[in-house]
Amino acid sequence: MYKLVEVTKDYRKGRSTVHALRGVDLVISGGDWLAIQGPTGHGKSTLLQILGALDRPTSGTVEFRGQDLASLRESQLTRVRAVSIGFIFQTFNLIPTLSAQENVEAALVPLGVPTAERSERAARALAEVSLADRARHLPSELSGGQQQRVAIARALVKKPAVLLADEPTGNLDEGTRDEIMTLLERLWQELGLTLIIVTHDSSVARRAQQIGVMKEGKLAVELKARSAVT
Amino acid sequence: MFLTYLLRELRRRMRQAIFVGAGLALGVGLVITVIAASTGVSDSQGAVLHSLYGVGTDVSVTQAPTSGSGRPSNFRVGGTQGKAGTTFSRDILLGGGLGTLKSSAVSTISGLKDVSASSGALSLTDLSLSGTVQAGSQQGGGGSGGGVAAAGSGSVSSSSFTVTGINPAGDALGPLSSATLTSGHGITTAEANSDVAVVDSNYATAQNLKVGSTFKVAGKTFTVVGIAQAAQSATLSDVYIPLARAQTLAGLPNEVNTIYVSAASSADISTVSKEISAALPTATVTTSSDLASEVTGSLSSASSLANSLGKWLAVAVLAAAFGIASILTISAVSRRVREFGTLKAMGWRSRRIIRQIMGEALVIGVAGGIAGVALGYGGAALVQSLAPPLTASTAAAAPGGAAGAPGAAGGGFGGGGGLARAASTASHSVSIHLSAPVTIGAVGLAVALAIFGGLIAGSLGGWRAVRLRPAAALARVE
Repeated sequence: MYKLVEVTKDYRKGRSTVHALRGVDLVISGGDWLAIQGPTGHGKSTLLQILGALDRPTSGTVEFRGQDLASLRESQLTRVRAVSIGFIFQTFNLIPTLSAQENVEAALVPLGVPTAERSERAARALAEVSLADRARHLPSELSGGQQQRVAIARALVKKPAVLLADEPTGNLDEGTRDEIMTLLERLWQELGLTLIIVTHDSSVARRAQQIGVMKEGKLAVELKARSAVT
Repeated sequence: MFLTYLLRELRRRMRQAIFVGAGLALGVGLVITVIAASTGVSDSQGAVLHSLYGVGTDVSVTQAPTSGSGRPSNFRVGGTQGKAGTTFSRDILLGGGLGTLKSSAVSTISGLKDVSASSGALSLTDLSLSGTVQAGSQQGGGGSGGGVAAAGSGSVSSSSFTVTGINPAGDALGPLSSATLTSGHGITTAEANSDVAVVDSNYATAQNLKVGSTFKVAGKTFTVVGIAQAAQSATLSDVYIPLARAQTLAGLPNEVNTIYVSAASSADISTVSKEISAALPTATVTTSSDLASEVTGSLSSASSLANSLGKWLAVAVLAAAFGIASILTISAVSRRVREFGTLKAMGWRSRRIIRQIMGEALVIGVAGGIAGVALGYGGAALVQSLAPPLTASTAAAAPGGAAGAPGAAGGGFGGGGGLARAASTASHSVSIHLSAPVTIGAVGLAVALAIFGGLIAGSLGGWRAVRLRPAAALARVE
């Protein structure tokens, strides 16, 4: 699915340069579940943005399904995100003026899905995350856990190849965190997704197949057997 | 999705949307009001010019008075004796303060290349004097017979009214062309040598005249064939008679004192003016724009106010409204950067996001435009109801108003020139009530401006929304 070779990412901050990624090499196969851990400011989210085609590397290649994302035009990257990549964010990032159903439908708009089909698929996606009865509620009328489930439904409604989650349980209490992680694990198994989660929470990371540790812009990946992880 | 998202977002920031819309409405309303006031002032100026020279007149030709020209018949009291106690009564037509031109000048002008029509007129004053010769009264210069009492002595009574001789065939031009016949008919070509008259409605009311009534002009009995109503409080001559009769009664055969000229097109006016000056070197040629520049009074001030201050004020308010709309839109977009970053992460193209933002701004613009049109109509109505009547004066002598002092040769009316002089006016004034018509063009322009304002605000906001890379947008803390 992914092949990263010597990927670097630098940011200018005033007069100085921040080296967020320093030569990251990574291979992720289809259906893998990778958790990326590490202290704040060491490049976890930057790596996730590169994987999600939300940003371009300063140097190196980022191959996704055989295409080098770094060489694609902005419109092509947008298309890749629309078709193949689903995102979940720490702060849920739901559109506040749209209902749960409409938020899920928003992910299908770039694909030109007709209105009726969009509505039907969104309803099914909400049912998958056990929120069918909350379809007409605005985000402000939902709990944190419910909002994150809507976000998961939104990310998965288009049947992406990859699901990228940036601290998906960061704003949730312990009980809700477990609920969300159980849901994600189930969907990963059922749908054969490639799942990449950035987290600082070890209990979340331990659920994954592989754990990568970001330290000062460099990544070290450890493959854990599922039994060893749990 | 587009409309749902748009309307929900506007509802979320309803107060801001109303504020921006109100600003645009104010600007648009002001533009409409100023255009309406300007149009009203222009219409009033046109009406003033029409009342002076009639509809269709582009150029007027007059002659500055020279010694001996345009003089009326001598006014003699009586025979060679002029004995004290002799009663007298005279009804005489006096020439105007303008000099005269030969009637043939009308034909000369008609024959010019760029002239579509011309018509001559003779403006006069009918002066009636009656009284008794007093013993030892002041004598007129050089004349035989006794003098008459000075004006205002109590033994002489006088009255006057203005008379204009018009060419019946030249109806479309000249002083009567801006008037409306309220009864009877105009002077026909068949009546060119008849003793018939069209009378101004105000004069008819004052003298109790109606169609069919008779009255005296220079001692001759004339029959009223029509009553005319002046346009826009303009002043008409009191009486209009056939030109040929006026010339005969005034002792000015084949003479006119104003020629009205219509150019073939408005672009030819300047050319026509030059051609006439070349054909009649001593004549005074006045175009409607020359006359417009002579108009003074509160109408002129209102025109300056509407054209300069009014327009700049409207432009300033509109620019301010555009600026505020843009700033508030950009501000609203800035607060939604992460939202737009999320949409981009989901695969929404920048174009779609910009379209969404522009749609929101456009709705506000249209709503502001509609409200602005209502404000504009209200403002125009307010201007119309509150504006005091405006006056316009011009120093140019008008057909109905000019008359000169009588000649005083040979036993003329010595010392009494003031009576006739009282009948003359050196300037012409009209009172105009300002209208403020709202035209479809003004409404269309104003709505277009509001929409344009909305589009500017939306474009700036949209640019602001999409210029960040998705990663940077998502990193923004709201």
